[in-house]
Amino acid sequence: MKKENSAGSVILRKVLKVIGNYKLLLAASIVLAAVSVVIQLYVPILFGDAIDRIIDTGRVDFNGVAYYLSRILILILISGIASWIMNLINNRMAYKVVEEIRSKAIRHIQVLPLSYLDRHSTGDIVSRVIADADQLSDGLLLGFTQLFSGVITILVTLGFMLSKNLLVTGLVILLTPLSFFVARFIASRTYKMFRKQAETRDAQTALIEEMVGGSRVVKAFGYEKTASRRFAELNKVLRDYSQRAVFYSSITNPSTRFVNNVIYAAVALAGALLIINGQLTVGGLSVLLNYSNQYMKPFNDISSVVAELQNALACASRIFELIETDPEKDAVSIGDGTDDTPSAEVIPAAEGYVDIDDVFFSYRKDRQLIENYTLHAKPGMRIAIVGPTGCGKTTMINLLMRFYDADSGSIKVDGRSIYEMSRHELRAQYGMVLQDTWLSNTTVRDNIRFGKPDATEDEIIKAAREAHSWEFIRRLPQGLDTVLTEDSLSQGQKQLLCITRVMLCLPPMLILDEATSSIDTRTELQIQEAFDKLMEGRTSFIVAHRLSTIRSADVILVMKDGHIIEQGSHNELMEQDGFYKHLYNSQFANTV
Amino acid sequence: MKRMLAFLKDYKKESILAPAFKMLEAFFDLLVPLVVADIIDVGIAQGNNSYVIKRVLILVLLAFVGLVCSITAQYFAARASVGFSTGLRQALFDHIQNLSYSKTDKLGTSTLMTRLTSDINQAQNGVNMGLRLLLRSPFIVFGSMIMAFTIDAQCALVFAVAIPVLSIVVYGIMIITIPLYRKVQGKLDVVTGLTRENLTGVRVIRAFRKEPDQVRDFDRSNIDLTKTNEFVGRISSLMNPLTYVLINLATIFLIRQGAVRVNLGSLQQGDVVALYNYMAQMIVELVKLASLIITINRAIACMGRVSRILETDTGMEYPDAVIQTDLQTADPKAQKGTVRFDHVTFTYDGAGAPSLTDISFTAGPGQTIGIIGGTGSGKSSLANLIPRFYDTTDGTVYVDGQDVKSYPKGELISRIGIVPQKAELFSGTIRENLLWGNPDADDEALWDAVRTAQAEEVVLNKDNGLDARVEQNGRNLSGGQRQRLTIARALVKKPEILILDDSASALDFATDAALRKAIHSMDGNTTVFIVSQRASSIIQADCILVLDDGMLAGMGTHDELMQNCAVYQEIYYSQFPEQKPDGREVPAV
Repeated sequence: MKKENSAGSVILRKVLKVIGNYKLLLAASIVLAAVSVVIQLYVPILFGDAIDRIIDTGRVDFNGVAYYLSRILILILISGIASWIMNLINNRMAYKVVEEIRSKAIRHIQVLPLSYLDRHSTGDIVSRVIADADQLSDGLLLGFTQLFSGVITILVTLGFMLSKNLLVTGLVILLTPLSFFVARFIASRTYKMFRKQAETRDAQTALIEEMVGGSRVVKAFGYEKTASRRFAELNKVLRDYSQRAVFYSSITNPSTRFVNNVIYAAVALAGALLIINGQLTVGGLSVLLNYSNQYMKPFNDISSVVAELQNALACASRIFELIETDPEKDAVSIGDGTDDTPSAEVIPAAEGYVDIDDVFFSYRKDRQLIENYTLHAKPGMRIAIVGPTGCGKTTMINLLMRFYDADSGSIKVDGRSIYEMSRHELRAQYGMVLQDTWLSNTTVRDNIRFGKPDATEDEIIKAAREAHSWEFIRRLPQGLDTVLTEDSLSQGQKQLLCITRVMLCLPPMLILDEATSSIDTRTELQIQEAFDKLMEGRTSFIVAHRLSTIRSADVILVMKDGHIIEQGSHNELMEQDGFYKHLYNSQFANTV
Repeated sequence: MKRMLAFLKDYKKESILAPAFKMLEAFFDLLVPLVVADIIDVGIAQGNNSYVIKRVLILVLLAFVGLVCSITAQYFAARASVGFSTGLRQALFDHIQNLSYSKTDKLGTSTLMTRLTSDINQAQNGVNMGLRLLLRSPFIVFGSMIMAFTIDAQCALVFAVAIPVLSIVVYGIMIITIPLYRKVQGKLDVVTGLTRENLTGVRVIRAFRKEPDQVRDFDRSNIDLTKTNEFVGRISSLMNPLTYVLINLATIFLIRQGAVRVNLGSLQQGDVVALYNYMAQMIVELVKLASLIITINRAIACMGRVSRILETDTGMEYPDAVIQTDLQTADPKAQKGTVRFDHVTFTYDGAGAPSLTDISFTAGPGQTIGIIGGTGSGKSSLANLIPRFYDTTDGTVYVDGQDVKSYPKGELISRIGIVPQKAELFSGTIRENLLWGNPDADDEALWDAVRTAQAEEVVLNKDNGLDARVEQNGRNLSGGQRQRLTIARALVKKPEILILDDSASALDFATDAALRKAIHSMDGNTTVFIVSQRASSIIQADCILVLDDGMLAGMGTHDELMQNCAVYQEIYYSQFPEQKPDGREVPAV
């Protein structure tokens, strides 16, 4: 429990550091809170004074009543305005903090090692950036508003009480920490339960994502009952944690209220005894009782704030975990977003020499994947990478593009180590079409000019024609301006768009990963031609399945279990009579 | 709503006890001022120390009883509300599991997920608050109101004016801000979408060096969201100051009125104080009630959305037992493994044109049927009709000689193994994933399936073999590995009919060929459907169905089709240009 607390305070310090950027606003907020709270505490006294002028039938001092009431009117207007402005400031701070956290998170996502992103589910990270940040904001908003006014209420009330009786005030001050301890004790329990609740909820959400997202497979295998059973198990665990979390968090208020009521009773006792001894008046006691109630109320608020903050802190810890993960080394610089032309850096095109020497690589330390990999590609060469599935072909892409860094060995482009140039400089040399088609949820136009934002209409249409995507783009409801949604294009059409995207910016080297695997057979050939044109004079790495691609390659790398086991042209490899020949023949064993 | 309340049925006791104890607590709270009055009027007036101490002990006792009542109430409320949401969530999940493909398509995965998660959480919150406060607040409001009117009706009238004004302000602000909050939600959705995009497209974004642009786009939406948030905040933060000013204005009027009444002799000074206190108390509860109404309204809206899903019928009806439908059934055994389409036309819900038009064919037991055609030609739609993922718009599909609609739920599916286009695996171990096909399969059966699916080295290369972890969506496996495991999963079922829906697309040619060979030599008499875009995958099929824009353009063996089907020839030569007799390219259509 102690450990949890100290972890909590570390996070709290981080959150405070973020808030620290708003020192001026924070100060203004505190001043305004003070103004409105002092007035709000003073007004009842004025009302009391006014009531004191209403003594009995015919003995009402109307002038006096009017005097006090008019002062009250002015004061409540001032207090109202002050607390409104305070609310505005608090809103601003809370929303700005979330904005800042999100903006930091998105920048960090750009530079996080892919190994981190590949390890965490998208839903997990999204919920940190969105839901947790919002929870944090809600917690802070509530925290700001109530914490400030609470603390100030306590201080001002203490002042008023001291002016009435030292002894009773002392009693109140001595007893109030009790309320704190109770709240703290409960909060630490609650925090644990909230965490457990959140963890179980995450697990359940993951299951929902799988079972609802994969509902087709679920149905195809008649897995519905098992899915429901698994869901029910998690649901029960969640119920147990939730019931406890909800219960624990909701006993904070009654418990502190109980402590406060006991204090109220103690004040009544002490006050009454003092009156009997002639050391206090009835009026004085009634003021003290009133104030002791007011003095405790903020403690109630504060303890509910504490519960809220616990939740916010649990969320904050998840966000900070993301933001504070080390970025990849020599990460690209993102800029602060004020620069309007960040991608306008001019990078001279490479000639296209790629030299890979003695590269070792593994995703996990305990399983070596690529060993002693060597390859020398001259400009314009086509390198086809073939081999059985899972032999490490896509790993090559990760290394060439520097999505992952090699463990040892060197990779050079035009004789320069890629680890000495910036990632942008390296990636500018490659056009990439991956097996997983990814498109942004914007217009077709924006997707095509993804790599070349300043492309003209003519260039876009030309590229689309060459990639044979123009046919279907033309027929979309708004043509190039159609906004893409999840299901608006078929897999093949998506692939065509990805090709068009590369077709437009024509980098000096290409990386193609099974790019044509799910494209309509009729256009496959035409695409192949377009690619041939595109590859002319460009160093190209192709994770290849198509026979014609393989046969037209200058070098074929035959991979197996992460090693290049054979290397050479089609004819050379056929003569070698090795694994490649076996692969090649197994394709034709079935085709006539 | 009634449907929702049913989920509280198991928590009847809790649902009654929670508000009851809450009222009890409120009742004890109301007693405290009376005891204090006793202390002042009796104890102090008589200088009786022991009386004072006794009364103070009563105060402590009241506080303690109040605490017990309150904690009891919170306990029951927590049990009931969480129990409610647990039951509701389970019911909703079960219902979603039973929705047909068409319904799931229509409702959308993300909607269903929101219903299951945040909507139900909101509902739980509403029930919890409702149980605790819905009775307590009106109890205090009306109690105080009645007390006020018994003291002096004329003074109480000041508040008869103030309360409607206050209500108008409070509910007015609520009515203005609620649509604005919806707008905020919309903008938040944009930010969420962008975050997701940045994660799913991380490789492409980095490859195109678009990180700064992505950040800029995100910043724009992020700032936009903040602005809208602040705008709404500006209006909603009027609420507290405005109510504060109004309450005190009303009090000013009350005291002025009280002054006049006292001067006339119809009221006493103490009564003014009492009125002042009661009204203050009432207004506090009224404001609480407003925020409670927001929470409950939101909860009711969420429950309404959940309830609409629960009321959606599953979209497919199943008979309880097999109904004999096909009159051709002479010998049921001979029909095992047959699939027959009889003038089938199929249109997706809401689609303008049919995806399949007038398809008829028969596949016999043990045959391999190839289905080929361009993107969008209806290949997958055809495959989806065999296990009755969708119902035909016209015509009938027969499996094993029976109309697919005549099978009880689960019966048809148990005979068919499907490998969907999208290779989806689930978090768990490889074994757990494979057992989807048949929960009772032993290791031998699993390995058999794995070997046939060419996935043996995938499993062997993992540290724990069959017990190796598969992450969510099979993220730690390559596309080809995933595909082979999904094939193995279908094979574990030992199906009568196996459907491979373009499921070799991520496999290299050698693996693809080996896979087909292995499937071909499987034990038993499995009827195999291979949907593919590659001619090489289906070239050896006993019968090839050539689809073109939803219509059957040709049917027969490879050799037959090469003779008489232009669409097939075009597809074939586009993939094997070197085999084309005149060597010229096929003109693009």
